[in-house]
Amino acid sequence: MNTATIKTKINAAQPTSLEQVEKESVYSTRQLNLWYGNNHALKNIDLEIGENEVTAIIGPSGCGKSTYLKTLNRMVELVPSVKTSGEIHYRGRNIFDSSYGVEELRTRVGMVFQKPNPFPKSIYDNIAYGPRIHGIKNKKILDEIVEKSLRGAAIWDEVKDRLNENAYGISGGQQQRICIARTLAIEPDVILMDEPTSALDPISTLKIEELVQELKEQYSIIIVTHNMQQAARISDKTAFFLNGEVIEYDRTDTIFSNPADKRTEDYISGRFG
Amino acid sequence: MRYIEQEKVVRRMNGRMVVNRVFQGLFMFATALALLALVILLYRIVSQGAGHLSLDFLTNFASRFPDQAGIKAALVGSIWLMAVVAPTSILLGVGSAIYLEEYAKKGRITTFIQMNISNLAGVPSVVFGLLGLTIFVRALALGNSILAAGFTMSLLILPVIIVAAQEAIRSVPGELRDASYGMGATKWQTIVRIILPAAIPGILTGSILALSRAIGETAPLIVVGIPVIIQFLPEGVMDTFTALPMQIYDWSSRPQAEFQTVAAAGIIVLMVVLLFMNSVAVFIRNKFDKSY
Ligand SMILES: Nc1ncnc2c1ncn2[C@@H]1O[C@H](COP(=O)(O)OP(=O)(O)O)[C@@H](O)[C@H]1O
Ligand SMILES: [Mg+2]
Repeated sequence: MNTATIKTKINAAQPTSLEQVEKESVYSTRQLNLWYGNNHALKNIDLEIGENEVTAIIGPSGCGKSTYLKTLNRMVELVPSVKTSGEIHYRGRNIFDSSYGVEELRTRVGMVFQKPNPFPKSIYDNIAYGPRIHGIKNKKILDEIVEKSLRGAAIWDEVKDRLNENAYGISGGQQQRICIARTLAIEPDVILMDEPTSALDPISTLKIEELVQELKEQYSIIIVTHNMQQAARISDKTAFFLNGEVIEYDRTDTIFSNPADKRTEDYISGRFG
Repeated sequence: MRYIEQEKVVRRMNGRMVVNRVFQGLFMFATALALLALVILLYRIVSQGAGHLSLDFLTNFASRFPDQAGIKAALVGSIWLMAVVAPTSILLGVGSAIYLEEYAKKGRITTFIQMNISNLAGVPSVVFGLLGLTIFVRALALGNSILAAGFTMSLLILPVIIVAAQEAIRSVPGELRDASYGMGATKWQTIVRIILPAAIPGILTGSILALSRAIGETAPLIVVGIPVIIQFLPEGVMDTFTALPMQIYDWSSRPQAEFQTVAAAGIIVLMVVLLFMNSVAVFIRNKFDKSY
């Protein structure tokens, strides 16, 4: 928490220093189109997503935020009617290449969902799920991963004495942090979050926002949010989606203080959405 | 202007209450009637058969003499039958359900298969008996063995198990699948580690209820040619056997009045077996009941 706060303060004080260092991009999306049957849900998306940054995706309901996020780890293909065109390069490799296995991609790119979705298993087994499916059986290693992940998600102290209890027995906010810890346990490079706080109370929301600030030290985070204050608070870059298009993509402070497009301005000032 | 006038509401209230009462009464009457029939049936059977129940009844073979007639061969035979039916029907049923729910592309063919499975559940059991006679007894030359009868019974309850297992699998929340796939799990890992554990209570309850239907079925056994009077216990699945409902059917169709008592005692044994299986189902459902 502390290092993150300090870093944010430094950034705020010297906004230019960040711009000078051109960060490597984790994802680059080129001319992405996506259809659900005949519904053209994503249109000619071009986006570069930076390393160790928080990228927020904002926009009104149904504009394609979740669809774009789920395309980044190809979860969207679980919907049978989906068709895509264009390219998404993750660390230089097109994720739509037939040689790229979705399982491989998803161990590099973790996902946290809108509604906390722990498995009906113990807290320990929830966190150990990822490592186990990837072949780790050694109890000692699993123990270490579980502790490290729970600490990483800032929930170790709250659950360390009840690791064997069912994850359904804890609060929604805690469940969501368990889900974040579960994602950390696969040691991802990128974490996708789809409105991770929309089902939570304000205090849990704050905890998750703080957590996101800490996590960006090590991970690149792409977060969909309905809440513009949240985007302003926690993200470095913001993409504004409308009807399946990216209307504007820029540094968060620019988007919120000096948007280039009238529609962005209308949206962030609450005139529609 | 208000659309709902309090006065009119009050005036019409009495009529509404009467209708309410009448229907409550009607439904209670329907329930009571069903209960009454059940109580009479139980009373008749218990009062008739209880006297004949004894340890000897369970350990004796069938006999020409009512007072020596026992149910040993039928009871053991039914257990053997279940030993074939349970694994066969559950494995095939759950396998089909997993295929239909998780693998099959939703399309015309799947819909067609699905429709036929539901229809099969309504086909009379005699028809399954004929199918078993043709395929297992004759074509595969299994004769009137436990295996042939077991396979026939498995076919009979397969549709019920498939539908129950499908429902159980379908009721596993999609978010759990997403979570698993989202961490890079394969479909198989997701099925084995997430979907089946969550669906197993539903699958087991459905299966046990289907099995208790199989243990009470007579028609397919008659068609397959299962004998009634047997003076030995089967030693393997290729041996012939008899089963509880066959034995009861035989006793109740005999002219001597004493055999009616024996039949009633047999029914009590069958009902205890059924009751036991159903309570196992209820136990499983309560024990594993998870609220998502
Ligand atoms: N599973 C789906 N099947 C068909 N259409 C879908 C599905 N999910 C989303 N859509 C459609 O895609 C568009 C974008 O939806 P979504 O990405 O969920 O928007 P958002 O997350 O911004 O609210 C909407 O028009 C929605 O109706
Ligand atoms: Mg959404």
